[in-house]
Parts: sequence; structure tokens; C-alpha cells
Amino acid sequence: MLITINGKQYEAESGQTILQVAKKHGLYIPSLCYHEKVGVAGKCRVCVVEVEGMRGLQTSCSVAVRDGMEVSTRTEKALQAQKLVVDLLLSSGKHDCLSCAQNGKCELQDAAYYLGIERPTLVFSDLEPHCDESSEFVKVDHNKCISCGRCVAACQKTVTNDVLDFGYRGANTEIVFDDGKDMGKSTCVQCGECVQICPVGALTEKKVAGQARYWETEKVKSVCPYCGVGCTMEIHVDRKQNKIVRVNGDESSPVNEGMLCVKGRFGYDFVDHTDRLTSPMIRNDDGSFRKATWDEALDLVATRLNDIKAKHGPDKIMGLASAKVTNEENYTFQKFMRTVIGTNNVDHCARL
Amino acid sequence: MTNDIAGLKKSDVALIIGSDTTECHPVIAARLKLAAKEGMKIIVIDPKRIKMADYAVLYAAQRPGTDVAVLNGLMSLIIKNGWEDKEFIAERVEGYEALKAEVEKYTPDYVEKLSGVPAKTLEEIAEMFGKAPTAAVYYCMGITQHTTGVDNVKSIANLQMLCGNMGKVGGGVNPLRGQSNVQGACDMGALPVVYTAYQQVTNAEVKDKYEKFWGCSLNANNGMPMTVAIDKAHEGEMKAFFIMGENPMMSDPDLHHAEAAFKKLEFIVVEDIFMTETAKLAHVILPATTWPEKIGTFSNTERKVQLLYKAVEPPGEAKDDWEIHQLLANKMGQNWSYTCAREIFDEMAKCTPSYAGINYDRLSKGGLHWPCPTAEHPGTPVLHIGRFTKGKGTMFAIPFKAPAEVPDAEYPIYLTTGRILQQFHTATMTGKSDGLNNLAGPSVMVSVEDAEAMGIGNSEKVRVTTRRGSIVTNAFVTRRIPKGTAYVPFHFAEAPANVLTNNALDPIAKIPEYKVCACKLEKA
Repeated sequence: MLITINGKQYEAESGQTILQVAKKHGLYIPSLCYHEKVGVAGKCRVCVVEVEGMRGLQTSCSVAVRDGMEVSTRTEKALQAQKLVVDLLLSSGKHDCLSCAQNGKCELQDAAYYLGIERPTLVFSDLEPHCDESSEFVKVDHNKCISCGRCVAACQKTVTNDVLDFGYRGANTEIVFDDGKDMGKSTCVQCGECVQICPVGALTEKKVAGQARYWETEKVKSVCPYCGVGCTMEIHVDRKQNKIVRVNGDESSPVNEGMLCVKGRFGYDFVDHTDRLTSPMIRNDDGSFRKATWDEALDLVATRLNDIKAKHGPDKIMGLASAKVTNEENYTFQKFMRTVIGTNNVDHCARL
Repeated sequence: MTNDIAGLKKSDVALIIGSDTTECHPVIAARLKLAAKEGMKIIVIDPKRIKMADYAVLYAAQRPGTDVAVLNGLMSLIIKNGWEDKEFIAERVEGYEALKAEVEKYTPDYVEKLSGVPAKTLEEIAEMFGKAPTAAVYYCMGITQHTTGVDNVKSIANLQMLCGNMGKVGGGVNPLRGQSNVQGACDMGALPVVYTAYQQVTNAEVKDKYEKFWGCSLNANNGMPMTVAIDKAHEGEMKAFFIMGENPMMSDPDLHHAEAAFKKLEFIVVEDIFMTETAKLAHVILPATTWPEKIGTFSNTERKVQLLYKAVEPPGEAKDDWEIHQLLANKMGQNWSYTCAREIFDEMAKCTPSYAGINYDRLSKGGLHWPCPTAEHPGTPVLHIGRFTKGKGTMFAIPFKAPAEVPDAEYPIYLTTGRILQQFHTATMTGKSDGLNNLAGPSVMVSVEDAEAMGIGNSEKVRVTTRRGSIVTNAFVTRRIPKGTAYVPFHFAEAPANVLTNNALDPIAKIPEYKVCACKLEKA
């Protein structure tokens, strides 16, 4: 079907919402609570638009398209309403962008920028700091929470850990862990799904504080190095520092649909750990190791393996390949054992 | 897995046996839990009351090492009640009569006696599983790490053929593989009896094909699995080990025995990213790159081949493993000339029928499930649709056999080992994360009853002793483990579980019995 948005026609499919069609065609309508993964929430009311023939403003995240529908996202009425909601959200929290880890990827910031809100019209309420830093990897800043419910929906409907929920009532409503425990004392397994889906800086990764910002990192696709599920991931790299700053789950992956576990998301410290081996080493007679050049080390390996092969036969040499290196490297390893050493003694720790 | 991850939600029933899914495969667990919320019925059979049991409709705790008895009991009830898929059995299976004759003996009462699973629970599980239009089985090392590992896996295959759950979306025999590229390492022929894609090294035609392909003569004899090579080394019959990115000095059973074996070797080369427990015993250590430092492919548990791109530069002089192999091969008189991982993949695909249609261009648009025999083939998310690869599926009559070591008066407790969520394998990688280490350290899971009998509370020190060794670690007292069973994660060098484990092997797969041995617990 065809629908008209702001005077231009766009292809749409039945069952889609106005917001989904707009997103698909790259049209921006400010929205906060909707996320394709957890579906329609209809809570924040930032995405309101006018629809010809419908009374009042409509939330574009929840209204399904009809053939020939005429939508206006930028009428004065719509913009005023959008602006009011964003303005109130900014006023009722402490959204200090300057040192916020979400700066550059904050959907509230995007909305404020789009709507031209330089600062909230209402005075900042005098909020006491309200952070929960009890969790190993995640910082919760309740003053930045806009109660959109994306994290709650994700915890219950994607990762299905059932830890996050809304607690308390009315103006005191906030996200809670279990029955109101500190995050670090709750049953949270720190998969970080809530961090990835949070549109603002309420749930952020502790380790990224002070690191390269979103726009400074290059996003590189990869596959998790841990279990065999094969979750695909987006590694955010600070090229200048040659450093991994953050790892996100790949939302487009049919394997993991954006999800990761605590190891895959946060367990990359080993990559630039100071204990990494950085040069070949040869054992001394006293059992200690000394650094060697590649040539020296490989010459020694070649000589020793050749000697043992000549003296005892190739089947006295065992090769242990690895379930943690690539297909290509396992291929060259078994090819080496079979064609150069001349044995089928090649295995890896599939059993262990 | 015979089936794919995305199709998992299409099952009516999922049986999880010998897999602590939330700990070891958390993202698949998430998908199973969500499916359970949306109506799929989960059955869990595991000695520990694992987290997945909270999402299950039915849960049973079998004594460690009694899986064949439980599975035979289920099949016996399914046949007795006529819930088997008669059409599937008639058309696609051989060996049914022998299976039927074997499993008949496994009445619910007999199974209860062997396994501790209450007869009534077994009947409820059989009915739910047997009547399900489509049911999947998920398992992990709780099934395979036994002296009856092959029997256990065959029993699961029996059950799934019996119920006609093979070759359809939402069904299948689904082992959850535990390492990022353990599937790929097997596919690539990093096994002693096969070249790539499971082509037998003892098959003369296959050998001939590879001799032509690689341009050299090849060894016609099966090689040794690592578990056997360590025994041989202990007897002084092995001379050298070349080890890439593995840490057998943490992951092998009966570590005291393994260490003695390693020390008898004349020469050990280790290619790794850290000074592992194994590297410390090496004569030469070669520094390698890790996952975000290289381009290449991993094949996951559902046989899906996926690309890794390079994100960061490696430290110092560390090199990709393939480059090290090439340099070494050329030092030993070869003339290898790969310039990148892609060239290696292309060569591999030429001699690997199930990967023949896969290349980097296709993978750059998304992963592909093997078998993928041609460049136009879309890949195979579900195996065995219409027919089994070998023609008819074979059912095996499998009698129950007890584990190699069971509790007795001196060692009265079952010891079983495995993983916990926050650490991975021998912790070479995760052990470098302060955060992960803060979340999870060494422990032994002890039942409330056994803890009370010893007079110990949570986090107090416990000595765990078997015939092979002893460790002291912190008690984690929990109702999730039944009386008479203890569980030790194997990640930690401070309290290495594998000092305790039994190196008794499955006679075919040569997999050690990590999941069952006998221990005693004492307040330390």
C-alpha cells in the first residue's frame, strides 16, 4: 500500500505502524519507548503525529497504517506536543550530557536536537544523585531514567531473565531489580541487554566511562570468542588507542538477536592485558624462559621436530589444535601435522 | 545441532538433559525461556536443579551417569502406550525391533531403582514427550562426558527417531557445543581419524584425493586422540607435543597424571596468547593473536559458518596462528604461500564438500549453515529432511552400564564437574577480567544436607578428595544440588577440579568421565 507522510508517498505494508514505515524510509519521528525488539509500548507519547481524518494527535508507534493514509509529523500541533513531552522529560531528570557515556547515542538528546530544545524551559528540579553502582559492570543512574520501560520489556521478553520491573507508584515509579534490591545484590546475571536497549544514559556500561565516544569508534563485526552459540557482535574500537571500548550484540543476527551474555559483552579485558605473550620464548636449562626472535624460535622447533621425526617416527609427535581459533587456522594446523610431520595425531579439546 | 537456533521456538516440547543451559549457553537459554513463556513446554532432566528447571513443566533429577536407563525407560513407556511415530519408523529407520526388545526391560520401577527418577515422574515425562507433535532434545557435556558418552548420544538419537522428531523444524538432536569454534575444529579435520568434513583417513580413496590435492604422500593410519596420547606419553611412548591455543594442564582429567606425562616428553611447543599452565611446561612458546585481532571464520553449534573481522592490532610480535604454521612449514622444507585467511578458506572449501559453496563474499552478507555444496545452495539449517544422510537411520539397542567409579563407603559422594556462567573453560581469557573474577570464583556446590552433616556454612572451606587428588575450596551450599552429590566448576587454577576427575574413557569417543566420580567432603 501507499501512505503519505509530510506530502510524500511511501510504500508500506499492512500491519506496520506509522513509525515503522517512517523508520524504514529514513524519516525521523522522535520516539523513545518504542524499540523494534520489544514492540509497542505507547508510553512516552513523544512520537505523536497528525493523521488526516483522525481526531487529535496519534502516537505513531501504535497506529497501524491504512492504504492512502495521510500523516503529518511536523505540523505545529505535532511539534508542540513532541516538544512539550521532551521538555518535561529533560526537566524532570538530570540529563548532564557532558560526561554521559551515552552522549552521541542518546535518543533523548536526538529528540531535543531535532526539536531545537536548547535547555529545558522548566528549572531543573533539585534532584539528589540517585545512582546504583553496586553491579560489577552496569551503572544505573535513576535521574536519567525516563521510565520508557524498554529495559523492563527486554529483561522479560528477550533475555527472559525476569529481574527488572517497575516498582513504587505514581511519581515515585522507578525501575527495580527483583523486589527492589541493589542491582549487584539482585539475581541479575549482567547480560547487559538493558544497557544496549536503554535509549538514554540511565543504564550504562561502567567500563566505557571516559573512553572514546560513540562517534569516535569504528564498529567492527565479529563473533563471540566464548561458547559455541556463535553470537555475532559489534566491537566498538578506538583506532587511535588500538583499544576495544565496548561490545554490543548484533541486532540483525538471527542467532542472538542482539543478545550477549556477561562474558561476551564485558569479558574482553584479556585482549590488551599486560600479560599477553608478545614475543617467542625459549626455555633455558634452569627452566626459566628467555625472549627469542621468530627465526631463532622457529629454527629450534623445526630442528627438534625433524630430529624426533627422524629418530622415532612421525607418530611419536602429537598435535593439539584448538576449538578457540578459526577454521582457517585449524585447517593449516592439521595440514601441517599431516603433510609436514606425516601423522594423523591431531586432535583438539572437543571432549574436554 | 541437527536443527537451527532460529527454529527453536517451533517446538511443542523441549527436553533438556545434561545441559546447564543458562550457565553454559545463556543466549540459547534465553530463547528457550522465552519460548516457554509463549507456550512451549520444557522438560529438564539433570542431577542439579538447574535454573532452566524453574521454567520447566516437568523436572527430574537422575543420579549422575544413569542417562541410558532414563532414556530407555522413556522409550519403553512411549512404545507401550503407542506414542511412537509408526510411519517414521517404518519408512526411515532400521533396528527398531532390537531397540524395542532392549528397552522393554526398563519399567518405571526398574528405572527408579537405577536412576532415582520417581516412576510417576518418568511416566509424566514420557507422556508429554511422546504425545508432542514436535519435540526437540537439547544436551551438552552432561550427556557426553561419560564412559557411556556414545551410548548416551545414541539413546537420544533413538528417542528422536522413535518419535519421528528428526528432519523437521522444531525437532532434532541438538548438542550445544561449548567453544566458539569447536564445531569448526571438527569440520576442519582437527581430529585423528578424519580429514575435513569427516572424510576418513583410513579410506584409500579419500587418502588418494588428499595426496593429489596437497601433493604429498599421507599416513594411512588413524592417529591418536589427545586423551590417549597423554597416557602414551606417561608410558614414555610419545616424544613431542605441538599445542595450539589449548590448555590441557587445566582441562585434562587427573591432572597429576597429565603433568607427569608432559614432563616425560622431549619437546613441547605451545602457541598461545598467555603463559598458560601448559605453556609453563613448554620448551618453545610462540605468541599468537586472539579473536578480534584477525580475520577468519568460526562455525557455531548449529553448523553456521560466520565471519570475524579484524578490530584491533595484535600486541608486540604476536602472529596469526596460520601464519605461524606457514613459517614453520617453510622452515621444514615446504613452500606454503598463503597471503591471507581468505586464500586458506578457499583452498579448504575445495577439499571439503560440505563447505564447497561457502566463500567470504557470501559470508559477508550473513552466515551459512553447512552442508552448502554449491555456490548457489542456500545452506542447510535443518538436517535429515526426507532422508538421513546415510539413508535409513539406525536405532541401537543399548543396555545401561554404570559409571566407571561410583560412591562407596570411603568416597560416599558423587562428584560432577562443569562450568559456571561468568568464566570460560580454563579461564585463560575470562580469568583476566577483574569484573568476571569478582563475580565468580572457585567453589564446590554442596547440598544443604551434606553441609549440615559436615557442620559447614556458605563460603566456608571444604576439602574435596578423590582417589586421584584433593583440593580445598569454598562451599556453596544450595538446595539446587541433591544430597550425596557435589559439583565443582573446572575453571580455576587455585582449586582445579581436574586434579580430582577420573580419566576413565568412553571406549569409542575416548572422552573422559568428568561428570561422575566418587569423592569425600570434609570441613577444611
